[in-house]
Amino acid sequence: MDNIRNFSIIAHIDHGKSTLADRLIQYTGVVSDRNFQDQILDNMDIERERGITIKSQAISLPYKAKDGRTYALNLIDTPGHVDFTYEVSRSLASCEGVLLLIDAAQGVQAQTLANLYLAMEHDLTIIPVINKIDLPSADVERVIEQIDSELGLDADTHLKCSAKEGTGVPEILEAIVARIPPPKGDPEAPLAALIFDAKYDSFRGTVIHCRVFNGTVKAGDIIRLMYNNATHRVEEVGHFLLSREKRDSLSAGEVGYIIAGVKTVSDVRTGDTITLEGRPCAKPLPGFKEVKPVVFASIYPIASDDYEDLAVSLEKYKLNDASFIYEKDSSAALGQGFRCGFLGLLHLDIVQERLEREYDLSIILSVPSVRYRFTLKDGTLLYVDNPTHYPDTMSIAKAEEPYIRATMMLPERYLGTVMKLCMEKRGINSVLNYPNPGRAELIYEMPLAEVIFDFYDRFKSVTQGYGSFDYDLIDYRESSLVLFDILVNGEKVDALSQIVHRDRARTRALQACERLKEEIPRQMFKIAIQGAIGGEIIARTTISAFRKDVIAKCYGGDISRKRKLLEKQKKGKKRMKMIGNVSIPQSAFLAVLKSDTE
Amino acid sequence: MGPFEGDFRNNKDGRSIPGLYIHVPFCIKKCDYCGFFSVTDLTLLPDFLSALRVEANRYRERWKEFDTVYIGGGTPSVLTSADFGCLLDHVRTVFKITADAEITVEANPGDIDALFLAEIRNRGVNRINIGCQSFDDATLALLGRRHTAGQAAEAVYLAREAGFDNIGIDLIYGLPVRPGESASDPPEPVPGSSEMEHAFEIWLATLDKAIAFRPEHLSCYQLTAESGTSMAERIAGGSLILPGEELQARYFFATAGALENAGYLHYEVSNFARGELFRSRHNSKYWDHTPYLGLGPAAHSFDGKRRWWNSRSVDTYVRELAEGTLPVAAEESLTADQLRLEALFLGFRTSRGIHLESYQKRHRVDLLSEKRKVIQSLTDEGLVEIRDGFLRPTKAGMAVADSLALI
Repeated sequence: MDNIRNFSIIAHIDHGKSTLADRLIQYTGVVSDRNFQDQILDNMDIERERGITIKSQAISLPYKAKDGRTYALNLIDTPGHVDFTYEVSRSLASCEGVLLLIDAAQGVQAQTLANLYLAMEHDLTIIPVINKIDLPSADVERVIEQIDSELGLDADTHLKCSAKEGTGVPEILEAIVARIPPPKGDPEAPLAALIFDAKYDSFRGTVIHCRVFNGTVKAGDIIRLMYNNATHRVEEVGHFLLSREKRDSLSAGEVGYIIAGVKTVSDVRTGDTITLEGRPCAKPLPGFKEVKPVVFASIYPIASDDYEDLAVSLEKYKLNDASFIYEKDSSAALGQGFRCGFLGLLHLDIVQERLEREYDLSIILSVPSVRYRFTLKDGTLLYVDNPTHYPDTMSIAKAEEPYIRATMMLPERYLGTVMKLCMEKRGINSVLNYPNPGRAELIYEMPLAEVIFDFYDRFKSVTQGYGSFDYDLIDYRESSLVLFDILVNGEKVDALSQIVHRDRARTRALQACERLKEEIPRQMFKIAIQGAIGGEIIARTTISAFRKDVIAKCYGGDISRKRKLLEKQKKGKKRMKMIGNVSIPQSAFLAVLKSDTE
Repeated sequence: MGPFEGDFRNNKDGRSIPGLYIHVPFCIKKCDYCGFFSVTDLTLLPDFLSALRVEANRYRERWKEFDTVYIGGGTPSVLTSADFGCLLDHVRTVFKITADAEITVEANPGDIDALFLAEIRNRGVNRINIGCQSFDDATLALLGRRHTAGQAAEAVYLAREAGFDNIGIDLIYGLPVRPGESASDPPEPVPGSSEMEHAFEIWLATLDKAIAFRPEHLSCYQLTAESGTSMAERIAGGSLILPGEELQARYFFATAGALENAGYLHYEVSNFARGELFRSRHNSKYWDHTPYLGLGPAAHSFDGKRRWWNSRSVDTYVRELAEGTLPVAAEESLTADQLRLEALFLGFRTSRGIHLESYQKRHRVDLLSEKRKVIQSLTDEGLVEIRDGFLRPTKAGMAVADSLALI
């Protein structure tokens, strides 16, 4: 156990986390330079393009240190977005230390701080690393100063590197060995292993990623997942090199995987504790939280023939994403589809993008909604996350919406604008703390619906990226809710219906109408777009008809050429949804659900 | 290329005798806007004429009879009247050309004189289509035409003098303008808008001049910037600006209005006839899916199901025919869906529209029941109407015929 170090790299976005991970992997020789594919840990296209890690990954690096001993350095990568904060916390709970990476040119940023706080919560050893020292704009002195003043860390402990050029990497490896404590735990005690991730393998089923805190697990053992009490027989254990490497057993302090015939990743819960059925530990490891979707939206195929494909794709996607849920749904305007639950809007974006990219589907998303609670006059309690199921207005005794407690960390200078934003978002009961000089912790209670839409983007923008934001659901509170519909040439487009606070209805309806106006191409006839509450029109826009599109000359051979042009247009039209006579492109649906950032 | 089969009728009058098109791919000078295939090296002309005879011979078994012949280009008037004589004689030897056949020659003002016109008329050409394009010198210069407005007028006059009683005039509208030539005060909302208005006025004047000649037929084409032409490059480069959609619509409706007031039938998007009798019988075949055979480089043919086209090279054309093969560059067999789409987009270009019963017979689709809702709302919007068994575009509908085809 003395030869094991479990650590993570945490950083603000683009500060070079993946590049440093790549260098560590290269330096320790897990992979030859020739076969090296940049940013190995971010192995999904979307992750690489967006530069964010969505699912965590782990890798064990064999490292021969200057003291002559060989260490197993287990690098556990963490996802980097507020939608996945819980996953981050489980990854960090599996470590004893972190490399806190700071861009030498940009200095300390919002996520640097947010991540630092997370690491501190887990009592981890923190090694500040200043990256990108090769940049002409690098200002190492300023960053050292910030480590001291803004992070409150001992500035003398920092390391410098250029992950891009590979300088400083040996020093980092030495520091991991020297400064991060080896894991503690008793290999002979009853098994207690923390699940920090799970991946689906089409041959082996679910591969559980875990950190063993106590005890030992090996093939043949019967394990129990303590949250749902399910038992499984272990088929294989091992650790991670670039791919899985089978081993005889996993013991206290180690990071690795367990394959135990678990069918889908949804059968395991991140944060759950694995123990042995025959000799269970007394209580599960602390910190388990069941992650529940908070944002709901429906997905429809653009072409109704694609419904079966969509069903199959969702099933496949679900294998690898336990926090995603879905069930059948149907829309009068859009036909058969699925109602889905997401952790947040980024999660929704990711699911949508992966369905389109990996499964080659063209889909339409309905406007996302939170889950509202209605008490009907007959006393029935009704949860509604789909505007289509909005109860009859006359039958509602009480309407409630979910509230969150938002915790924001930000430099003091942004306090005014952030408070204004929070109030605009119906924030109440604010609390203000100053954990360190110049840095404010602002807590607000806000309706979740206000936050899922565009709060995060606007918060980032008004704090110029220096603010960090996290939230917890607290309770349901009474609210004045209304349902508004969008009508296109008199036909209701149910996927665009929204449940909103009464004060927001007009603005939101008008905004939706205007978005649609921008995105729906002009057609042969005038298109009226209306927002309505029941029979009352609260917003409207019109798209004028175009008057001429015919191409002048068309004879002889031009016919084939012209037809090909029309065939192309026809194909494009198929990618649009017909509502009545109006062809609505996918982009129009997306535009409505996107934020109302100015 | 098998014999054509089936019922090609898309309209009521039941004409289904194919048409013959002959492409003369030579020009003295390429015009700045023209995307049709032609070359300016006239030395190939004799070889081309012999090759054309060989090509005609190759089709004699499969294509027996034509009731229209259209000699287009390029610039057919680069041929001498004797060339026309030999060509038509040969065509008559190889195929049966009906007694009442419409035989059209496209001519360029400036190339034709009284003698030439008289001679081709004697050889059986009974319709002449003159590429005047405009009666304004500045416009002709912008188009890169090698004739003047005066020559354009003279050509029409000469044709009439020569005894032609079926004269067509081609005109082009919707020309691009150079932005900001005239200073405007206050500054105009859209760059070039005063130039645009000026060009529009010039067009109306050209139209008046054309009407004054009382031609039997007028083709008024809206300029399309064909990619690869020098005009398209200038538009892409920003030194010329095309009129926007609103102005295009004004051109379209103003043109239709002026010509209809003068007694012309607006029988196709770009075509006007002084009475039913003077509709271009040849071009109508393209619009109603009647088969046609195209001879010459780049010419297209259609046998009812298949369309093929010759290579866009005089050299290749001549060589392949000499080697005993047909100079076909490519062909396509039209699927039922493609034929349906074509029938729609071609039908909606014509004022008579789509004959519903024939359409159903030929394409096995009952448009009225299949597209009931759309057709109803298009009717409500005043874009189509159903009359005498035809689904017809209204004037406003004709202007958006491309979209109508996609219903």
